[in-house]
Amino acid sequence: MGRAPTPYGTMIKYEPKALHVIGGKPTDRPDAVDKVTGRARYAADINLPGQLIGKVLRSPHAHANLKSIDTSEALKLPGVKAIVTRDDFEDLENEFAASGELTINFKDVTRNMIAREKVLYDGHPVAAVAATSEAIAKKALKLIKVDYEVLPHVINVVEAMKPDAPVLHDHIFTIGVDPKPEKPSNIALRMTSKLGDIEEGFKQADVIIEREYNSAATHQGYIEPHASVANYTDGGTAEVWTGTQGHFVFRAQIAKLLGMDISKVKVTPCELGGGFGGKNNVYLEPLAVKLSQIARRPVKMVMTRDEVFRASGPTSGTNCKVKMGANKDGKITAAYAELNYQAGAFAGSSLNLASITVFTRYDLENVLVIGHDVVCNRPKVAAYRAPGAPMIAFGVEGVVDELAEALNIDPIEFRLRNAAKEGTQTHFGPKLGPIGYIETLEKAKASEHLKQPLGPNQGRGIATGFWFTLGMETSATININEDGTASVIYGTVDVTGGMRSAFSMIVAEELGIAPEKVRAIPSDTSVLGFNFMTAGSRGTTAGSMAVITATRKAIERMCEIAARKWEVEPDQVVFENGHARPAGSNVGDFEPLSVPQLAKEASWFGGTIAGHAEINVVNQGPGFGTHVVDVEVDRQTGAVKVLRYSIFQDAGKAVYPDFVKGQWHGGAVQGIGMALNEEYIYNANGRLDNPGFLDYRVPVASDVPNINAEIVEVPNPNHPYGVRGVGEVPIIPPVAAIANAIYDATGVRMYEQPMSPPRVLAALDAAAPKMAAE
Amino acid sequence: MARYHVNATINGDEVDYLCDPTQSLLDVLRDELQLTGTKEGCATGDCGACSVLVDGVLVCACLAMGAEMNGKTIETVEGMAQGEKLHPLQQNFIDHLALQCGICTPGLLIASKALLERNPDPSEEEIRLWLAGNLCRCTGYNNIVDAVKAAAAEMRGA
Repeated sequence: MGRAPTPYGTMIKYEPKALHVIGGKPTDRPDAVDKVTGRARYAADINLPGQLIGKVLRSPHAHANLKSIDTSEALKLPGVKAIVTRDDFEDLENEFAASGELTINFKDVTRNMIAREKVLYDGHPVAAVAATSEAIAKKALKLIKVDYEVLPHVINVVEAMKPDAPVLHDHIFTIGVDPKPEKPSNIALRMTSKLGDIEEGFKQADVIIEREYNSAATHQGYIEPHASVANYTDGGTAEVWTGTQGHFVFRAQIAKLLGMDISKVKVTPCELGGGFGGKNNVYLEPLAVKLSQIARRPVKMVMTRDEVFRASGPTSGTNCKVKMGANKDGKITAAYAELNYQAGAFAGSSLNLASITVFTRYDLENVLVIGHDVVCNRPKVAAYRAPGAPMIAFGVEGVVDELAEALNIDPIEFRLRNAAKEGTQTHFGPKLGPIGYIETLEKAKASEHLKQPLGPNQGRGIATGFWFTLGMETSATININEDGTASVIYGTVDVTGGMRSAFSMIVAEELGIAPEKVRAIPSDTSVLGFNFMTAGSRGTTAGSMAVITATRKAIERMCEIAARKWEVEPDQVVFENGHARPAGSNVGDFEPLSVPQLAKEASWFGGTIAGHAEINVVNQGPGFGTHVVDVEVDRQTGAVKVLRYSIFQDAGKAVYPDFVKGQWHGGAVQGIGMALNEEYIYNANGRLDNPGFLDYRVPVASDVPNINAEIVEVPNPNHPYGVRGVGEVPIIPPVAAIANAIYDATGVRMYEQPMSPPRVLAALDAAAPKMAAE
Repeated sequence: MARYHVNATINGDEVDYLCDPTQSLLDVLRDELQLTGTKEGCATGDCGACSVLVDGVLVCACLAMGAEMNGKTIETVEGMAQGEKLHPLQQNFIDHLALQCGICTPGLLIASKALLERNPDPSEEEIRLWLAGNLCRCTGYNNIVDAVKAAAAEMRGA
């Protein structure tokens, strides 16, 4: 998790009061009309005069020494204007930085951008070409001669941990093992997190369940491939238009990778065609800037879908062991988990984040979590919506289900008996504040869903999820325009289109004006101070804290203007219901001034009305959710059909409830895809066998039912409206909930994800003789 | 490489363009005609983001060749609204929050339009099966199905 939260962070205590705009439905969704007419501009829609097209040469090998790269023939091809390889970029030393929910090391980032000593996965960039057309660029790639010395590779996390596995990096000696190992290995990190006495906890147990789970790597699956347009100017500055979840973080990464001053790089985030954590990292951007610098023309680069799958994302495939014990009263006495997480070609999986979510739905005394961060010959993992959590929830929620069954306790009731609540001590450090976990379980228990009858081969499963809400640096500016309308410039990328509406509603709430009179405007990196990316469910929570702070500063300014006009002191003016008013009858008898009136007076009484916020948001309340799913299993084919799906989640306070539900639908369906179909499949040569949407099958409309989403609201104590992050929790429970439902339908437990038809069929076949004997 | 001269009608306008024999209709729309509303998600016909109508037939523009379009009538998302008046599908997609990031939206709108031209009163199952060629990663399809149902009712005058 990196450093502890700063003591200089910003919290605004929850302000219980009636809200007029928040929690409603805006009349205007600023991003939507251009999106339905085709006029919204995504990165691939940007074209600059004189632009070249850039393409990347990628390794066909999973693991090889990069002996030589000869670009001389390619450079002779007419129309080729620039080629870059490792020789065009300075090597970087170990230096860590936050990027979304994961931590990156620039020594690795530069090697992931373009291979140096070795190629480490199928798809690893080796060279990049800029040419006058895509056809010429592609032809040039074929003329680059690369001399590879192919090495043995390792794909699977368990294989990669073995002592005789091919070693990817000679400098990795497992951190967290004392004394330091003598030999390098693929285990970059061993972490331990504990609470109480695990041995004692198991002694108190009447029932102990121990299981091993395996999960496949899955991709974020955003429909928009990575795309960037870069222009390196003759003045030595770089302009980049790209699809990103964090333009300020990208600016910093581009500057670092290219040895430029941050002040000389400007990044403009385009409309984003989906990210889910996968657009937290630079891939094409620094290559495009470098090619543009050499060619002295703008360069546009767009990945193919094949490149997206082979070289961006995915999330970790995992091997997890879970052992839990409970007593006859249905109280969990001990909880142990071992998490083995693929990091891909470079260290740094979502292990640290996953480790804090393992058991954080339960009020436990004895916990031990051990984790390993393991490199292997796959693309470097990126964050994927609650990174690392769905896979370990699959294990823990499965074992919890088995414990409840063994003790003959209803699965919701069992969770209620052990539920985390305010004051619960977590195994990773803090005690939980006010949370709504129990409320989500109670809502599920009372739901219509649980009353629906089930037919033959149908089953019902439940599972729960926890995710934190990230804070971090957040900036915003509000300008009260001359006509009394407001423009709010925000720094968190609006990844779904809902954030712009939310910010307009929030400013309207604060100012007491109509939401249609507020325009939320995305920033580029030149108009605001550094702003962390949209990750960790922070976009609307942290973003709104900055918007509220900036708006309240503009209100102070408006009170000052009223005070000058009335010739009173600023503290004798209050701002209520959209008007500056005298603070009391003793101040004088002045007609309240509306926002448009104040805007009109501003010029004479001191100048433009604006407010800024540059804050570091801390201690945002976590989110909890309970999912219920009904499935039908086809015993002939092993296919699992999702019949009914319900989500119950604590939003703290939903700013725009219909949109919150929409995000939950999407998160659950991503989780359904993860549960039933999606997986990276590598062949014996370590090449990705399914780098396309035909063979990497994400859910389509006919795969899923309508989804019932119900909002619980237990306010976040550190947000003025009580808002919590909402976007990530919904992807956590589906895999586990579906596995539990398959068991309910068939009596067969699944321990491998995805639970695709062949796997389910194999599990049913394996269980058939046993069940017949019983 | 010899380029083909093609005459076609796109969104009601008579258009002529030159294209390479290797260029797909999607390449032509986006790169030659700057009609960037039609999106590329995969270029292999799997995601539906580039759905367009060619002579009224729903196709993936990435799988049709630009050079084959002589004399054809092509409809893209840019042709759906009549001036400022949005097509009922467009308005209902907005009203039902049937889009988040919006990258799949042009393709889904065109595919939905093709459905309603054939079947003005589709059931939920018919909508889901018809739209199975259009991937959306944000919405979980729920609100899209609701939007298509509502647009269908509106267009029937129900």
